[in-house]
Amino acid sequence: MAAAFSVTVAMVRHPGTAAAGLLMAMIALCASLPPKRALLRRVVLVNVFILFLWLTVPLTMPGETLWTLGAVGVSREGLELVGMVTLKSNAILLAFLALVASMDSPTIGHAMARLGVPSKLVFLFLFTYRYVHVIADEWQRLRTAARLRGFVPRTDMRTYATVGHLFAMVLVRSLDRSARVYRAMILRGFDGRFASVCRFTIRPRDGLFVLCGLAAHILMIFMECFAGVLRV
Amino acid sequence: MHISEGVLSPAILGLGAALTAVGTAIGLRRLDYDRLMTVAILAAAFFVGSLIHVPIGPSNAHLILNGLLGAILGWAAFPAILVGLMLQAVLFQYGGITVLGVNTFNMAFPAVLGFYLLRPAMVGSGRARSVAAFCCGALSVAGAGLLTALSLAFTAEGFLRAAQLLFLAHVPVMVVEGVVTVLAVSFLIRVRPEVFSIS
Repeated sequence: MAAAFSVTVAMVRHPGTAAAGLLMAMIALCASLPPKRALLRRVVLVNVFILFLWLTVPLTMPGETLWTLGAVGVSREGLELVGMVTLKSNAILLAFLALVASMDSPTIGHAMARLGVPSKLVFLFLFTYRYVHVIADEWQRLRTAARLRGFVPRTDMRTYATVGHLFAMVLVRSLDRSARVYRAMILRGFDGRFASVCRFTIRPRDGLFVLCGLAAHILMIFMECFAGVLRV
Repeated sequence: MHISEGVLSPAILGLGAALTAVGTAIGLRRLDYDRLMTVAILAAAFFVGSLIHVPIGPSNAHLILNGLLGAILGWAAFPAILVGLMLQAVLFQYGGITVLGVNTFNMAFPAVLGFYLLRPAMVGSGRARSVAAFCCGALSVAGAGLLTALSLAFTAEGFLRAAQLLFLAHVPVMVVEGVVTVLAVSFLIRVRPEVFSIS
């Protein structure tokens, strides 16, 4: 559902519809009750790229000039384009936060498997997720060791050499670890399939949710067509 | 290097998704279950690698290391990078679902190119190895930056200048990536040469 929403919003071309999309995403987000502080930080992070566009595109896009800042003119087309991108980007982000990021990764993995994603890809996703934290700990350990020996990152060859060697060491250890884990899995009878303990069932609530989602989509598509007719 | 959601046009998004699907299919077909675990854990290692920040002058940048990843994994770089980006999207909301295809292709394609063009020299010896490793690290980032800039530029004319700036901002990163790749490769060849026989 999040994917469908993202695709629809990405296709949208009129500001009104984009704003409506943003509103819907906000409603969905409120329904999923995420922790507020973490949420805010993520939204700000993504908007850094948007800010970069705000700083460059209106100044460089050719078009009708609204006002001038010193030597450079701010073009109306540029502002429209960036404003549009900002609305769309945040709408998709919020929807994604509400619908996908509130799941844990194993759930996403199983959902992907049920949706017909190749099983090897699901395997990769689940195990990469499983070992990211382990490898991150490995890296932290090496970095702590380096710092204990007086390593301070600077812009010099020594820093890059140290980082290169430390990272290569992380790769070596990951390789060894993967061999160990794989042998352990073979021992436990792994044959390329996952037997999941928990089962997913469709509850009446899920049906209601899908209906609401569909209604929201149809509304957005209508707004898009209608806006097109009005403009012409 | 990530393009956020909602920026690119549907045509570019579709193209990126299609190319990534092809690359991932090839990568997965070449992987059997014996090596899947290795690739999964190396993908995790590269995910961690992309969180490493190194100072460059007054500022700092995080490593991308797609060149090294490509040199080790070959076509498997496609699924590995795809999975890494999915995790970044889920854990940190960098990128997102619709741009996943474009972002994966932008990073994985130069990596696979590096695998074919530069890897033979990288497992060699002496100066040729260093030069090849530097090119592999630096050019993979350059290629990724170029593809990202192109996908922005083809979306709307107005993004052209922003795309150029984005590419220029990556030039110092390219040099650092090249240097780090040289050192990592020479370390791996000395310590664990069989790393380069995974793919």
